[in-house]
Amino acid sequence: MAQKIVIDPITRIEGHLGIEVLVDGGKVKEAKCSGTLFRGFEIFLKSRDPRDAQFITQRVCGVCPIAHAMASTLNLDSAFGVSDKIPDNGRVIRNLILGSNHLQSHILHFYHLAALDYVDVTAVADYNGNDPTLNSVKDFISRGALEPFVPRYEGDYRFDKKTNQELVRHYVMALEMRKLAHEMLAIWGGKMPCVASICPGGTTEHPTIDKITGFLWRLNKIREFIDTIYIPDVIAVAKVYSDHFQLGAGSGNFLAYGCFDLETQNPDYTKRKRYLVQGTVENFTLKSLDASKIAESIKHSWFEGPDAIHPSKEDTVPNRKKTGAYSWLKSPRYEGKVYEVGPLSRMIVSYLAGVEPVKKIVDATLSELKADVKVLNSLLGRHAARALEAKLIADAMANWVLELKPGEPVCAHYQVPDESEGMGLTEAARGAVGHWIKIKDKKIERYQLVVPTTWNASPRDEKGQPGPMEQALQNSTVKDVNNPFELVRVVRSFDPCLACAIHIVNFKGRKVSEIRIG
Amino acid sequence: MSTKVVEIPAVWLAGASCSGCSVSLLNAVAPTVKNVLIDPVIPGKHLNLKFHATIMAGQGEPVIKVLQTTQSASKGSYLLLIEGAVVTQDDGLYCTIGEAGGKHISFKDKFLELARDALAVVGIGTCACFGGIPSGKPNPSGSKGVKQALAEAGLKTPVINVPGCPPHPDWMVGTVAMVMLGGLPPAEALDYAGRPKAFYGKLIHENCPRRPYFDAGQFAKFTGDEGCLYQIGCKGPMTYADCPTRLWNNGVNWCVGSGSPCLGCCEPTYPDDLQPMLEKINEERLSRFQIKTR
Repeated sequence: MAQKIVIDPITRIEGHLGIEVLVDGGKVKEAKCSGTLFRGFEIFLKSRDPRDAQFITQRVCGVCPIAHAMASTLNLDSAFGVSDKIPDNGRVIRNLILGSNHLQSHILHFYHLAALDYVDVTAVADYNGNDPTLNSVKDFISRGALEPFVPRYEGDYRFDKKTNQELVRHYVMALEMRKLAHEMLAIWGGKMPCVASICPGGTTEHPTIDKITGFLWRLNKIREFIDTIYIPDVIAVAKVYSDHFQLGAGSGNFLAYGCFDLETQNPDYTKRKRYLVQGTVENFTLKSLDASKIAESIKHSWFEGPDAIHPSKEDTVPNRKKTGAYSWLKSPRYEGKVYEVGPLSRMIVSYLAGVEPVKKIVDATLSELKADVKVLNSLLGRHAARALEAKLIADAMANWVLELKPGEPVCAHYQVPDESEGMGLTEAARGAVGHWIKIKDKKIERYQLVVPTTWNASPRDEKGQPGPMEQALQNSTVKDVNNPFELVRVVRSFDPCLACAIHIVNFKGRKVSEIRIG
Repeated sequence: MSTKVVEIPAVWLAGASCSGCSVSLLNAVAPTVKNVLIDPVIPGKHLNLKFHATIMAGQGEPVIKVLQTTQSASKGSYLLLIEGAVVTQDDGLYCTIGEAGGKHISFKDKFLELARDALAVVGIGTCACFGGIPSGKPNPSGSKGVKQALAEAGLKTPVINVPGCPPHPDWMVGTVAMVMLGGLPPAEALDYAGRPKAFYGKLIHENCPRRPYFDAGQFAKFTGDEGCLYQIGCKGPMTYADCPTRLWNNGVNWCVGSGSPCLGCCEPTYPDDLQPMLEKINEERLSRFQIKTR
């Protein structure tokens, strides 16, 4: 008989999420993902000053406020008619701010959100050595109040004691590294989380030599960490948990808007030259991106209105009592098909587009793992893509920061138009993010956001197709239903950011035995 | 070494939040967040963080049980740290935080239940303190600050507010350390909005390095320009916080330092009464702060 497993809350993610899966003979038969918070940004953005969108949308997510600052500013750049007038200093500073946050987010995700599914902290109880960090953790364990590191799933921790201890040391080191990435970011952004300096037309912060060197040397520390600790640790997990290459395949379709503008002459973001490129991939075949093919289904979402329409035409009208709905997330689809977004999508799109540094590092990693590019569509593929991307971005930023020209302009001036429309496309650490605006009487008439986790954790659409995370769960097995490590590992591999969603799930009429576990 | 360390239990619960306050906490410099979690952050006292959804190892119903056992085992002695607003729409169903016994648990219900037996509620961030961003008109989720939600439920648990969007890590760690060292702060340590005066005692405008421009009448016309940002929307003259002297992210910068106006994110009226963000504060609002205008 099938067993239902409910895991709510899913912790160590941004925001509120629960999942329900049906397991039969160790195979996942059916899965539904369920986020649990609705705040209604699109509703309260209405009739505000368009310039405020840049500040307010950052507060959608405190982990990736930069992606929203960038998407909303690109959106306003296009609505204000200055998207092709951004000075190089402004363009580069924006890239450095976005790149710094990708680094902090990737490091945070692997060590502080995902690692506790693989690393046994209690192994430090037997530590015998002189490392002050590990000795303080040993003291902590000996005092006996182990929260927040217990309760937890028990069983599938595969590393030996020494490796576990080393990984706990890296967990603490990584806290310092992600903090350093925020310092790099704040040099240009003012502060973090939530920056002040990204604005329509460019940035408000100016380059000076002390900021450039301060940024570069913080970056160098992080590059060393990525090369000598982060990537080797991800490879170590991939080798010890190599069966997890068979878990968590998503829809197999990948979408990226691309990010890190290398020029600002082209006002069309889908054609603009970017370091990580835009595109869509189906059956490992690359196609160019056409933003008009995006539509959001609300069939199973708590919203009213016409179904499957383009974000620029959408309104957000909540109805918590709508029958058949189980989610506050809408279901964005591209050409009516289910697409995954995130670092894996970016790496696959850029790899197939022949972006040289991406090809080089992906091929080298695959050869070390003796694997084909197709294994990347998996739980472990997502972690690997994230780590490799961190290196690509960090290395590129070391060159970009030296392109800054002190004394040259950072910003183009703009006027808020009476009426206009705009679109902003970029990438959050966890995937493609798009903002759309309509301005009337110098006020926001309509604002829509389509965020990465809406793509990835979306509910079923109008055709009944499950979202990418639901499909990834359905492509998984569970060894021990009382400690279903595989499920939470699959969910966390997407680095979900649920600050914008709610789901509640109910498998009505299904005969199941039910267990509720953590 | 590890002898005689007193455990101070704490629960961190998130409602209508963006997790930005948690991420800001990770940027703490001295003590670091590792010190806060692992080490006795005050000699002889360790903050035993029982529940924090972004950090904790466990998930699902077992971590919901942690909330119940903390409440019964540490009645009257645990700190309840709240990030994000209290969502009241559809009786709180716009924000549920987990499931137990087949039932969805609304953040609102769990917050009120835990607040009943807490030593104090600490509002972390402007959403928790005053409603903040999600409470912006027309407030679709019915978001409220903790003090208002407690009052409406007839609860009198002491509240300390640590606003900011997000708050500086020093404000959060400092406030918790204050309680760990000396217990609940006396009324005179907090301002009218329940904020510790140690961090929110002075207006941004009083200590702003651009203040000489204001006094000399030199105003920036665009963000990023030299000069005082008052004419282009700076809310420093009506915002209480020590950003200009404390600085952010290990002292590298702050909002006004980067050429962008203060948004007034620590104020109870943020965001609605402070918008448009890039327009000058109206004189009526400013007169309440007794700042001479030009």
